[in-house]
Amino acid sequence: MDIIYFLIPMALVLVAGIVAGLFWAVKSGQFDDMEGPAHQIIMDEEIYPEDEDKETKQD
Amino acid sequence: MTNKKEKDSDCFHCGLPVPAGLNIEVIVDNKPRPMCCHGCEAVARAIVDGGMENYYRYRTEKSKTAQELVPDVLRQAEVYDREEVQKSFVRRADKNLREASLILEGIDCAACVWLNEQHIRAQPGVKDAQVNYSTHRARIVWDDRQIKLSDILKSISEIGYIAHPYDPSQHHQLLEKQRKDYLKRLGLAGALGMQVMMFSIAMYTGDWWGMEPQYRMFLQWTSLLLTLPVFLYSGWPFYRAAWRDLRNKRAGMDVPISLGIIIAFTGSLFTIMGSGEHVYFDSVVMFIFFLLSARYFELVARKKASEHTEALIQSQATTAIRELAGSLTEVVAAQELEPGDVVQVKPGETIPSDGEVIEGSSSVDESLLSGESHPCAKQVDDKVIGGSINIESPLRIRVTNSGQETVLSTILRLVERAQSEKPAIALLADKVASRFVVAILLLATVVATYWFINSPSQWLSITIAVLVVTCPCALSLATPAAITAATGALIRDGLLCSRGHALETLSKVSHFVFDKTGTLTDGNLSISQTLCLTESLDESSCLLQAASLESRSEHPVARAFLSVTGEGLLTVDEISSTPGGGIRGRISGRELFLGNIAYIKKETGHVLSAEQKNLLEDGTRVLLADETQLLAVFILQDTIRGEADSLVKSLKQAGVKTLLYSGDDETAVNIVAKRLHISDYSAGMLPDDKLHQLQELQAHGATVAMLGDGVNDAPILAGADVSIAMGEGARYAAAAADMVLFRNDLNILYRGMTVARKMMRIIRQNLGWALAYNITALPLAAMGLIQPWMAALGMSASSLIVVANAMRLTK
Repeated sequence: MDIIYFLIPMALVLVAGIVAGLFWAVKSGQFDDMEGPAHQIIMDEEIYPEDEDKETKQD
Repeated sequence: MTNKKEKDSDCFHCGLPVPAGLNIEVIVDNKPRPMCCHGCEAVARAIVDGGMENYYRYRTEKSKTAQELVPDVLRQAEVYDREEVQKSFVRRADKNLREASLILEGIDCAACVWLNEQHIRAQPGVKDAQVNYSTHRARIVWDDRQIKLSDILKSISEIGYIAHPYDPSQHHQLLEKQRKDYLKRLGLAGALGMQVMMFSIAMYTGDWWGMEPQYRMFLQWTSLLLTLPVFLYSGWPFYRAAWRDLRNKRAGMDVPISLGIIIAFTGSLFTIMGSGEHVYFDSVVMFIFFLLSARYFELVARKKASEHTEALIQSQATTAIRELAGSLTEVVAAQELEPGDVVQVKPGETIPSDGEVIEGSSSVDESLLSGESHPCAKQVDDKVIGGSINIESPLRIRVTNSGQETVLSTILRLVERAQSEKPAIALLADKVASRFVVAILLLATVVATYWFINSPSQWLSITIAVLVVTCPCALSLATPAAITAATGALIRDGLLCSRGHALETLSKVSHFVFDKTGTLTDGNLSISQTLCLTESLDESSCLLQAASLESRSEHPVARAFLSVTGEGLLTVDEISSTPGGGIRGRISGRELFLGNIAYIKKETGHVLSAEQKNLLEDGTRVLLADETQLLAVFILQDTIRGEADSLVKSLKQAGVKTLLYSGDDETAVNIVAKRLHISDYSAGMLPDDKLHQLQELQAHGATVAMLGDGVNDAPILAGADVSIAMGEGARYAAAAADMVLFRNDLNILYRGMTVARKMMRIIRQNLGWALAYNITALPLAAMGLIQPWMAALGMSASSLIVVANAMRLTK
């Protein structure tokens, strides 16, 4: 059972990573629009020929 | 989702029936599609020509009718190109690149978002456009050398949507920040909470099967380590609010919650240090997680409501009619007004800025701003507040405070008001819960003392069990969860609840009062007959004079006259109007009156003779007269909305009395009332009469809902127990109403009522269940019969049941 002295700290490191990931996601706006992306994925994005100077940001 | 049957004869773009005889078609997807008006045709063509036919394939809602929105928007759009206006909402990314946020109106489904993004991006000079589906806001970046902001706004109106710039640094942003903050706290509580729960399960099984003390010790310390951030960071909002409550000597929910959390945590801490048996870290994290979720849901619902309110106000507050030298006027943004400017305010319009009246007398509805429900009379030299609504007659106002300040403060006030209110039942739940908690704390002290004397080894664990098992989580979740679910479901359907009490009152409504024009009918009046009664004037000059009189009015009747005459209006002096009656004014020295039969009779004494009446069609009669004689009669027609019939029918079935109050004359009202089988109707009413009659109903114990378009019935809306405004009516009035109907479908009102009733039922079930659970669990815990794992399980299960029950509302 001594293995838990290793596994639990490992789990803690994992959790710390998860929390850090979550904070990053909130901060970078991943949760800003919870409905749109689900619909956007089925729409064809490009119908227009791309202008050279136009950088269409995709998200 | 609309379940209405689509007929081939309906407009392909907006779904309204195509008027007989009209034959416009646009080829979409290789098939000719019928259109109901030239507005829809233009929009559909713009969409097809832009290569965005996909929109029609993916949309789940019909579009807005395009008929009326274009000219008004175009008139105002140039205002936004001016530097001084742009200051408040445009950011400069570099020398030529500019960035602005827009509120988009008319977005119903994801295809709309796609269509807008594609269309805006296709404009030359636009670098980026992103539309947020949840908030209906867009962020655009453009090159000012290639395209002007007004061109972008116009291009959006080409495809049938309306865009307004807004200042994102405002309230909305603040709430968004708060939401993200909560999301982080909630996420942390969730992630760490799961770990703590896992260890707890290990410890509970350890209790059963036996566990070596060093492992138990290790697990307890790890739990402590994991709970600490949740306790400090995620629980922080509760401690802060509790501290504020204590300082203000108020007892809100936060005080007992914080006490509960802190006691459970420190209690477990002592256990670890000493030789105690149980730790309650799992309960602490679950406690925080559930309560925080409740707060988060509440915040999201409030944010949604405030976004809609803000959008409503922002879209209206932006323009004012400023006088220039001579008799010229220009349309400017309210933000542009400077002290000293003179502005004209039509009846039904919003006063754009703080100022003083310099001409005219009218009454002004300040209920939005001061809470005073009666209109205040305003005369020359009186001060008026920006954001109040001019009710009766046109006013000229000298601006005393810069527009920018007025607009900002008004928006803030309105949005805050909408948010600050809690429904009565939520207040009750809060009160019950906080009293309950005080009782628990007292009881816990008694229990603690008893066990401390009789069985010192057990006192701590039993006291904590009492506190945990009786956690008011379920109690405090019961109401917000249900309200959030219900308001969310209704916003999706197109009904916004902007005041806290709206749904609760709607569920109790016994009488439903309708205004006629613009609510039961679609409000697009058209003149079907003009009967000249004198030799001296022909039809067109009668129309011209009538239109000139109405030129400063916003009433649907005025629009009917203005749409047939167009240019070349005469100058009118000394205009004054009587709401629900008519309007008078002087044209080239002659006093003229235009109004309904009662108004003309009162003002001039003239009445229609029986033979004249025989010549008239059915419909709303509007008379034009001077002091000596009647000049002309106009018959106006209005079409009854398709869904009005089914709404009245379903309301009746639900046991709600329907009434129709209208300022129109008997004949016109009679037609509508008969068609819709409304037996209780009153015609020819002035706004005051309507209000009195409404108050009489209320005096007899009725709970009255009032549906109006807000143009001239703002005071009645304010007097009703719950007021519902049509989203297309006067916007400020809509923002003042308790609820706003956004989608052009009256049946949603009935759905609103069913949801409201269901919501109340669910709240009662929830409260009943939560109380019953707490009351049964309490004595068991006090007797020491509850194991810690039972306490944690009971607490979580009771909360989950409450939330799951509330979620039924979203179906």
